[in-house]
Amino acid sequence: MTQHHHLVDGGPVIPNFGHGSDCLRNNGWFCTEWVKEHWGDILQPALVQHIELTVIAVSIGFAVSFLLAVVGFRFRIFDLPLGAFTDFLYAIPSIALFQLLVPVTGLTVTTIEIALVSYTLFVFYRNIVAGLRGVPPDVLESARGMGLTRRQTFWRVELPLALPAILAGVRVATVSTISIATVAAFLLYYGLGGPIFDALQQPDIFRTELVAAGGLAILLALAADGLLTALQRVLTPWNRLDR
Amino acid sequence: MPSEAAELVFDEATKVYPGREGAAVDHLSLTVPAGEICVLVGPSGGGKTTALKLVNRLIPLTSGDIRIDGKSILELDVTELRRGIGYVIQQVGLFPHMTIEANIGTVPKLLGRPRSWIKTRSAELLELVGLDPSYAKRFPSQLSGGERQRVGLARALAANPSLMLMDEPFGAIDPIVRARLQDEFLRLQQEVRKTVVFVTHDIDEAIKVGDRIAILREGGRLAQYDTPMEILEHPVDDFVADFVGRDRALKALALRNLGDLELAPASGGDGLPRLPSDTSLRDALATLIADHRDSALVVGPDGAPLGIVTRADLLR
Repeated sequence: MTQHHHLVDGGPVIPNFGHGSDCLRNNGWFCTEWVKEHWGDILQPALVQHIELTVIAVSIGFAVSFLLAVVGFRFRIFDLPLGAFTDFLYAIPSIALFQLLVPVTGLTVTTIEIALVSYTLFVFYRNIVAGLRGVPPDVLESARGMGLTRRQTFWRVELPLALPAILAGVRVATVSTISIATVAAFLLYYGLGGPIFDALQQPDIFRTELVAAGGLAILLALAADGLLTALQRVLTPWNRLDR
Repeated sequence: MPSEAAELVFDEATKVYPGREGAAVDHLSLTVPAGEICVLVGPSGGGKTTALKLVNRLIPLTSGDIRIDGKSILELDVTELRRGIGYVIQQVGLFPHMTIEANIGTVPKLLGRPRSWIKTRSAELLELVGLDPSYAKRFPSQLSGGERQRVGLARALAANPSLMLMDEPFGAIDPIVRARLQDEFLRLQQEVRKTVVFVTHDIDEAIKVGDRIAILREGGRLAQYDTPMEILEHPVDDFVADFVGRDRALKALALRNLGDLELAPASGGDGLPRLPSDTSLRDALATLIADHRDSALVVGPDGAPLGIVTRADLLR
């Protein structure tokens, strides 16, 4: 280290004002030192909470939607009411839904999760049902003709062929959950919405905190989308083949 | 592991769709001897596809019975019945998410065959239907229509069924490839000797591939069940005569070869066109007309003269 210092001896000397740097005093858009200093106590925990919120909401949302979708797919009379129900949930503005749930579940993470899950249902339900319905009739006929039972047809033919649509739904649901989850901080300091709301509530808006937390939410959404796209390619090798 | 071809009997088999007037298949009775190809042919609304699907119970019988080797299809468990019957459809219906090998191995897998067995079997079948074994790891979307139908055939043969049902298997394929697939199917049949029920709306295809042809008329009633030659030469009524077409005499010519005729001695046939004995009468006639000749010299496979054939012989 000391060796290196000697190397820059002849260069310009960068002034060090300590904590109250120029950048922070001028409320700069992105002050690296603040980010470095508060990565451990503000940003990282918020990011981890945000990922947790998203993973739990998407997982539960998927499980619930999958059951609903199988019912709607098998018994067509349930399709319309179930579709309408998920539509209805999706139509409620998120802040309103968070508030509506407070009297029931209080100012808790559970409240946030219930709201987030209810938003994923719409995307999941539609995509799973559409995927299952999209299996070509000749494929189903040959499956039946070869003696696959209904259950075998579902697990071996219909579900795998619905996978591209289902995974597309997972992508949309995950990315939109990441963005809706930031609004949850309206209710409770939790996830990346915490520092974002915090920054917005400062008299001048604390720009660095806003950009850092907001940027993390964007990066998280992009990373999740990239990861799920890769997963889609791995899980559906037949789907990316061109003749 | 050859399984014997089965005899298939339709016994007054009837299908009436509820809410629809008249029967789709009306008291159909016919016997397909083991190892023969029976072609169901007729106008649309003749119930040929319905009749086919009655056999593997994709469509349930309203009344009557169908027996495979004397055993009623109604006595068998429906999935077991279907796994024992090869099924080929026009759109092929390959599973797009499975490799060709996995597609071919579908029924063997359901029957609990080990992976290694399926691998060997699919390579064997690919060869049998004229595809390179390297196709095993491809997906259906990477194949042409004709190749896909070959795989469909291989898949239907995978568990070595004693009966095959083929619903317009070559209907969606262009004429040139179709003719080749028909030829290869017939060659294949020489090897595997299955009992086959084959549906088509194309009378020429029926004449070409059928050992016997069942002509169904509107309302699913059997008009005639006979060999192609009988149907061409002795149609039972105007409907059949009409259906096989005005050129039925020419079609009949196509079914016989010069070798089937009694020939005049081959003396003095030096200047005549030479025709191999396996030339069809139809092609022989076409040659004579094109060459403005009245007779030709028939030669054996070794080129040795067998006799002389005249226009009159061909048209007799």
